[in-house]
Amino acid sequence: MDTRTADEIQVPQQKTSWMEFVKTHFRDYGMLLSLLVIMLFFQVVTDGTLLRPLNLTNLVLQNSYIVIMALGMLLVIVAGHIDLSVGSIVGFVGGLAAMMMVRWGFDPVTTTIACLIVGGMIGAAQGYWVAYFKVPSFIVTLAGMLVFKGLTLALLGGMSVGPFPVGFQRLSSGFIPDVFGGQGFNYTALFLGAASVAAIIYFSFRSRANQLKHAVETAPFGLFLFKNALLAVLVVAFCYLMATYRGLPNVLVIMAVLIALYAFVTNRTTIGRRIYALGGNEKAAKLSGIKTERLTFLTFVNMGVLAGLAGLIFAARLNTATPKAGLGFELDVIAAVFIGGASATGGVGKVTGAVIGAFVMGVMNNGMSILGIGIDYQQVIKGLVLLAAVSLDVYNRKK
Amino acid sequence: MNAILEMRGITKTFPGVKALDNVNITVKAGEIHALVGENGAGKSTLMKVLSGVYPHGSYSGEIHYDGQERRFSGIADSEKLGIIIIHQELALVPLLSIAENIFLGNEQAQYGVIDWSAAFAKTRELLKLVGLKESPDELITNLGVGKQQLVEIAKALSKKVKLLILDEPTASLNEKDSDALLNLLLRFKEQGISSILISHKLNEISKVADSITVLRDGGTVETLDCRGEAVSEDRIIRGMVGRTMEDRYPKREPKIGETIFQVENWSAHHPLHKHVQVVKNVNLNIRRGEIVGIAGLMGAGRTEFAMSLFGRSYGQNISGRVTLHGKEIDVSTVEKAVSNGIAYATEDRKTYGLVLAEDIRKNVTLAHLEGVSSNFVIDDIKELAVANDYRAKMRIRSPSVFQETVNLSGGNQQKVVLSKWLFSDPEILILDEPTRGIDVGAKYEIYTIINRLADAGKGVLMISSEMPELLGMCDRIYVMNEGSLIAELDIAEASQEKIMHAIVKSGRR
Repeated sequence: MDTRTADEIQVPQQKTSWMEFVKTHFRDYGMLLSLLVIMLFFQVVTDGTLLRPLNLTNLVLQNSYIVIMALGMLLVIVAGHIDLSVGSIVGFVGGLAAMMMVRWGFDPVTTTIACLIVGGMIGAAQGYWVAYFKVPSFIVTLAGMLVFKGLTLALLGGMSVGPFPVGFQRLSSGFIPDVFGGQGFNYTALFLGAASVAAIIYFSFRSRANQLKHAVETAPFGLFLFKNALLAVLVVAFCYLMATYRGLPNVLVIMAVLIALYAFVTNRTTIGRRIYALGGNEKAAKLSGIKTERLTFLTFVNMGVLAGLAGLIFAARLNTATPKAGLGFELDVIAAVFIGGASATGGVGKVTGAVIGAFVMGVMNNGMSILGIGIDYQQVIKGLVLLAAVSLDVYNRKK
Repeated sequence: MNAILEMRGITKTFPGVKALDNVNITVKAGEIHALVGENGAGKSTLMKVLSGVYPHGSYSGEIHYDGQERRFSGIADSEKLGIIIIHQELALVPLLSIAENIFLGNEQAQYGVIDWSAAFAKTRELLKLVGLKESPDELITNLGVGKQQLVEIAKALSKKVKLLILDEPTASLNEKDSDALLNLLLRFKEQGISSILISHKLNEISKVADSITVLRDGGTVETLDCRGEAVSEDRIIRGMVGRTMEDRYPKREPKIGETIFQVENWSAHHPLHKHVQVVKNVNLNIRRGEIVGIAGLMGAGRTEFAMSLFGRSYGQNISGRVTLHGKEIDVSTVEKAVSNGIAYATEDRKTYGLVLAEDIRKNVTLAHLEGVSSNFVIDDIKELAVANDYRAKMRIRSPSVFQETVNLSGGNQQKVVLSKWLFSDPEILILDEPTRGIDVGAKYEIYTIINRLADAGKGVLMISSEMPELLGMCDRIYVMNEGSLIAELDIAEASQEKIMHAIVKSGRR
């Protein structure tokens, strides 16, 4: 038998050239490049309006709930399912929050906690049928979409309910206060940006060192540096722009923390790994000792909680709950996940991809609105972009 | 009597394997010709050559049919001339009616519009011929396997069949249905339809066959004529297995210890038909360092037994006791079975064994993520080390452990599946057809790995349809037929003849 250790028979470390590496990893970077190109395009055609601090803040506020739901939707889609009900859950939870605070006099904290629990329960109710009764998720969540759309109307009695207590509004319209007391410039924002850049760079250097130690194929060092430097510049520049306005919105921080959390869960934890295995081959996952039913159930519970959070943020942003809130959100969320490279058959997809996908949709919405393109053609263009992005991905995979 | 079919010098090679080597077979007009041989002897390949699944040019040799040399380029060509194959796995659409199935792809239509009354009338006639009383608009899914088989035959008749080929038609039929089917063949014979019957049930063959061609290792061994004097089953078995064993198995000095694993009165029922008992009161044991085989024909219930044992992954209404090291263990879910030291490497690695879109590393650790994680967080460096270690130990040929398993060869995929289960550190490893579809070189490597496991004091239960493999690897062999263990043979006394005898005898009862 072979007595050599793993390291000895490792393939010789190859020097990969920049171009080769970019080519082979095109799928990883392709979407990010597209996002940058789209942003550049709108920056130019809107005469620089897109990246104005006020507009950037709006962009974040407008897209936060889509991004947050895309995180949950990614897990659902990776597990091989779909959730069409999230838009209706947004409306229902927003309505519930409004009734609790405005009509029934609960305080914002109790309301928030209760609403997240309700979101989770809605997810559980749907996940139960999908996971344990094997009813196709498309059908279950289509039913859920109708049910909760109807319940929202019933709950609000067909009327808009608001306004909310100031504390609750801060969820969406609040900003991280400046602890350094800057005048017209929010040093805290810049500080937080710099801190997160430092953290990102620390972790990527650490993982690169580990990769090198174990002779894994890594990006060429130049490209690695370039990537990190670019990221650092972008984050700091973004935070600088935000600092010149009112600082970092609370929602942005919530969103950033959630993105980091879900990226970690999908990449590094056993539960994340198992969701990918479940979506990739359910039978093999089951025969490997994975509790596939419970896992499916949990992805729906998670989706429900995140949809509930999105509902709260959306209601807080409008400062009122309307029966029409959340209408059609599910389509934006699902589109974001697919634009981000997830596979409709499950098992494939990344958190970063879904987030980028959400921002592609968001920037286009925002940019086209600034240009004054009507809602009619906006939808046409968004549909075509979705089709183009996914076809390109399918084409790349076939090569 | 004229020959309707003569296949001369048929040789068919797949990359690395000679599946058929100069095979000759002559079928006379109006006879029932039996084709026998072990699993993998080349029977199905030969029939695929005949029907044009492997088109002319992909094999060498000549096919003469109905007085002319034929060069089929696809199934449609051979069907046009009346050669119809009925495969072991029936090709019916379950949710369509009998009539729709019979005329599927051959619809009674004009300008694309189906004439249902004509189709129903013809279906009724055909059903009468095969002795079915069902209505033509009955759905296939409502019929039993025996009747489905008859529908397949009716479908063949609708195509003006001259030479009917049946691949193991009675494998999943009970005795009554089998008899009905064999009588039907005899009736067809009177009407001048010739048939080729592939079967393992030698008693059926002696009953209906006019001549028998025996294949072994891709070559024709002999053709026996049954019209003169009766050919005994022993005679057929000798033809089927009479090969000398080559040195295809690595040597091993068995160091067998005490009994570590015991299964008592294990029974399981079919997942859909709860009155059908698929596994019947199985009792077996495995000793430390022992490789135990389960022999049997396809459909004997071996996989069903193994999967029902492994976390109730097959069947319902499962009962029985499992003990490991003298203590009863809970195997009611896969997770519990794994944590109690049982592992099962499936026969169908693509469907049940691997997550094909993921790389070697993730597949290796999938069944035992606890081994590379703490507090649910995966230590990716440790995981990488584990994967690299197995890649080296098992000699998985790939550029790196980041290779997606879909791109690996069958042998290397099997090594990944084995790695996965070895990493879960089982006491008992159940291997279901561990070398199916793997080339000879990789087989030897897999055998070496299995031997090493046994030497490390584990118990190995090996299911295989290749008898030489069991005889070459195992210390003891159980024989399974129709869900029951019908014989237990020590390797010293085991032989292919004895295994075959046991199966044939129990099948006759």
